Amino acid sequence: MRVGAGPAAVDVVGFGFRYSGRPEWAVRDMDVRIEPGERILLTGASGSGKSTLLTAMAGLLGPDSGDARGAVRVDGRTAVQARDRIGILFQDPESQLVMSQAGDDVAFGLENRGVPAGEIWPRVRAALDAVGFGYPLDRSTHALSGGEKQRLVLAGAMVAEPGLLLLDEPTSQLDPDGAELVRAAVARILADRGTTLVLIDHEASPWLPLIDRVLEVPFGTTQGPLLPIGSTQGVLHSNGEDPLLRAAGAGYSYRADTAARPALALTDVELTAGQVTAITGPNGSGKSTLGLLLAGLKAPTVGRIVASPKLAGRLGDRPPHRWRARDLVHRIGTVFQNPEHQFLTGRVRDELSLGPLRAGAGDRAAHDRAEELLQRLGLHAYADANPFTLSGGQQRRLSVATSLATRPSVLVLDEPTFGQDPVTWAELVGLLAEARDAGTAVCLISHDARLVDGFADQELRLTSGVDHRQTAGFTGPGAAETPRSSDDQLGRNPTK
Amino acid sequence: MTTAGTVTGTPPAVWLGRINPVAQIVAILAITVTALATIDLLTPAVLVAAELTLLPAAGLFQPRALLAKTWPLLLSAAGVAWVNLLFSASGGWDWTGSAALALRVIAVALPGVLFVASTDPVRVADALTVHWKVSTRFAYGALAAIRLAPLLVLEWQAIRRARRARGVDAGRNPIAAIRLFGGAAFALLVAAIRRGSRLALAMDARGFDATAGSTERTNARGSVLRSRDHLYVAGAVLLCATTTAVSVATGLWHPVFSS
Repeated sequence: MRVGAGPAAVDVVGFGFRYSGRPEWAVRDMDVRIEPGERILLTGASGSGKSTLLTAMAGLLGPDSGDARGAVRVDGRTAVQARDRIGILFQDPESQLVMSQAGDDVAFGLENRGVPAGEIWPRVRAALDAVGFGYPLDRSTHALSGGEKQRLVLAGAMVAEPGLLLLDEPTSQLDPDGAELVRAAVARILADRGTTLVLIDHEASPWLPLIDRVLEVPFGTTQGPLLPIGSTQGVLHSNGEDPLLRAAGAGYSYRADTAARPALALTDVELTAGQVTAITGPNGSGKSTLGLLLAGLKAPTVGRIVASPKLAGRLGDRPPHRWRARDLVHRIGTVFQNPEHQFLTGRVRDELSLGPLRAGAGDRAAHDRAEELLQRLGLHAYADANPFTLSGGQQRRLSVATSLATRPSVLVLDEPTFGQDPVTWAELVGLLAEARDAGTAVCLISHDARLVDGFADQELRLTSGVDHRQTAGFTGPGAAETPRSSDDQLGRNPTK
Repeated sequence: MTTAGTVTGTPPAVWLGRINPVAQIVAILAITVTALATIDLLTPAVLVAAELTLLPAAGLFQPRALLAKTWPLLLSAAGVAWVNLLFSASGGWDWTGSAALALRVIAVALPGVLFVASTDPVRVADALTVHWKVSTRFAYGALAAIRLAPLLVLEWQAIRRARRARGVDAGRNPIAAIRLFGGAAFALLVAAIRRGSRLALAMDARGFDATAGSTERTNARGSVLRSRDHLYVAGAVLLCATTTAVSVATGLWHPVFSS
């Protein structure tokens, strides 16, 4: 038996933390007592310091990462000293797995703690059983789905029998099935109340049956007022209009030797000005691939992507994937799943003016557009900050704004609401609704049922592993002919 | 949503993969020293012939798979031979010397190809830390980094696409292409460092850092030296000794630093 087994208590006393090189405190004056065996959900707006607090509880905020005040104690010891009693799960399973085989990965934490080799394997098997991992020990970690990987990481944390389990947005990078796997695994291991739980997750409601108490982390600064974003130029919105961009039997297949990767079956879809098209379907059905084809970022291996003369203008019949980038950028805008991939400059302001400059707008116009978007997004306080230092929600809003900056006629977004808190979610939908009302053809690739049901005019549901041709179907009866009524929750504003 | 591109996974359980990695490394060192000690044609030719017999043991049956793993090696061997042929000091066409040089490159590099193709990196890290007391932080840190390599390929593709989507491309301008490549490479570096630090944090959270202090890291898999490992090393040393002896006896042996 180890000393101090069983659930741990957490005491946060006057805790504050400021990262090196940042003027403002990420967290300050936090006081909270968490009883052994309690299950806590931490909430708070994007940027409120939830993650910082959780990292501090894990004993992972060393003195070299910034200035700390007060204390975080786990069972009376500092969190750093109590590290062997704490397990933590982060967002991205890829950045947490170490070994190439499942069993080896779970064993890793025990090896580090000097557990004799003979005791390791029985404990590894028990931990894998506890989370419901159904594969043999030599299963390759590369061959697992996101949800299974995250469940394996959870087993790696639980194998050391921690008294305190910390979950930092454990499902935000998973599809709904994967998220459900992880929640079920957490419910299983918590059943005996042998572990205290502190959880952050933007999608809080599915966790609530497990939770004893919700703690809100207050947020100091307030966001600027929401201002109109301006209209998209050049495209008039009318019903029954020809599509701006369409996929005509477009498909994508990898070469035979990488056949295990997702390919896209032949697909027809039409993106029309002022209409929102949702592309849904399970993992591996080729949603993101279709998005890349429509965005002109990848060439289809069969079929065509056809731009209307209105969209292509002087580019004629050339397919979008052969357009020059500066021609592409004000015709078709793309928002990637990972906002960080899109950032090219060192300042938020430059990030917003980059697109207009590349598209040939003058310095003055690009600057004005950047100012306008900064105001609109409440990012003015961060105009000179490095985009990489923004919080997740702020990065997401910025990535959408950089695409809107060039006023593209078509906007393709890959999982725009992934892992966003309700405030950011609403703002994103607001931004997209305005773009739609101004006549942009919006194409959403999304798992977010609320977004698809409430916002999309038509939905294309892709299926995996089929070889018949799939075609966009309209969601509701009559939706094809009539736009959604204006009393809709996300209905159209009168066009400005 | 993140799908790994190339699956590294478990290599097939090939015969050579069952030889302990430290035994393989000792054998490789013996062969390297033997091949580099002389510039005659016979020694590297015998060594390459012996290495070729091990190809099936490393699971390299198919010519296509073999070529995919060895083309840079073959190219550099050809390059070395070609340069030597063009610039050989004697003035005439030194065919034998050039062929000897090319075979030398292959004799030194092919064992490395066999090693990588046959042996699971996890076993290498286990063997190095258990038998040679290599730092566990170094060995398992490197292992975690190897696991991330296929993700970098996907990340690179995503970065290039994102640049195009933002209106940045080079067109036909080679200077712009170089700048764009540099920028994207820097972004990849930043992404790799960020991912690496996230991974390091996750590893520290599982006790893989110095704060554990006095705790000696254990190894769940262990690494055992069996008689076959000793035989393998003995065989490699015998091969090297015999080859050198025959070469010396026939008068062909020519030490590298003599004129």
